[in-house]
Amino acid sequence: MGVTRGWRSALAGTLAASLVLAVIVGVLGPALTVIPIEVLRLVVGALLLVFGLQWLRKAILRASGWRAVRDEDSVYEREAAAARAARSEERAGLDWYGFTVSFKGVLLEGLEVAFIVLTFGSTQGSIPLAIVGAVAAVVLVVIAGIVVRGPLSRVPENTLAFAVGVMLTTFGTFWGAEGAGVDWPGEDASLPFVLAFVILVSLGYVTALRRRRLALA
Amino acid sequence: MRRFARFWWDFIVGDDWRVAVGVALALGLTAVLATTWASAWVVLPLAVAAVLWMSLARSAARR
Repeated sequence: MGVTRGWRSALAGTLAASLVLAVIVGVLGPALTVIPIEVLRLVVGALLLVFGLQWLRKAILRASGWRAVRDEDSVYEREAAAARAARSEERAGLDWYGFTVSFKGVLLEGLEVAFIVLTFGSTQGSIPLAIVGAVAAVVLVVIAGIVVRGPLSRVPENTLAFAVGVMLTTFGTFWGAEGAGVDWPGEDASLPFVLAFVILVSLGYVTALRRRRLALA
Repeated sequence: MRRFARFWWDFIVGDDWRVAVGVALALGLTAVLATTWASAWVVLPLAVAAVLWMSLARSAARR
């Protein structure tokens, strides 16, 4: 939006959505702390597992050739052309199209981040620490964007999706099982082993599906 | 209202509802076994691997 419709409206939309997300975290954060930790871990684990498995599924299908890898260049060109062609309408001194698209985009994607911050923070007993982690990630991405100065096509999108899926599935498995009443051997020390298991299984599925595809070709 | 419900369905469940059902069943099974079996921690990782494979195999078979 910044490149095609102007940075002022895009940044205003981003800022407005960030404020809404901050309010959501500020309101829901304290509310979550009154829920019993076992119930919270069960619900959070289940949601993280559902999210994580969806991410992993898509990443594995793409990595094994069963689903087309997103062509970020053509997506960028298509979206940029649509943004340039959109009608101009000024409201409150802002290009309304640029503002609303930026606002919706940041809000929808940010909701998932807010959910992760709230759940990770509340299950580990420190929402502020989770917020610091999320803010650090945002700063890192902004710095990377400034350094790279290129469209998202340069980002290894499927590798990132794979990593996100692995992490969400790992934490979902760990907390989901704890919420269901399981005692992990070694408690938190078992987390790296769950992570290794998820990675090995996922890579194994990539190999198996790749072989299946080659056999059919 | 319908669009609102659709948004939350897509946001949480995604494009394969069987994964969500599989996760719910796996957690239920884990909870039942955890009451009588100290090693019930093995159940969820294996069940998650099975749910993922079933979803992948189904997607691959449709293409």
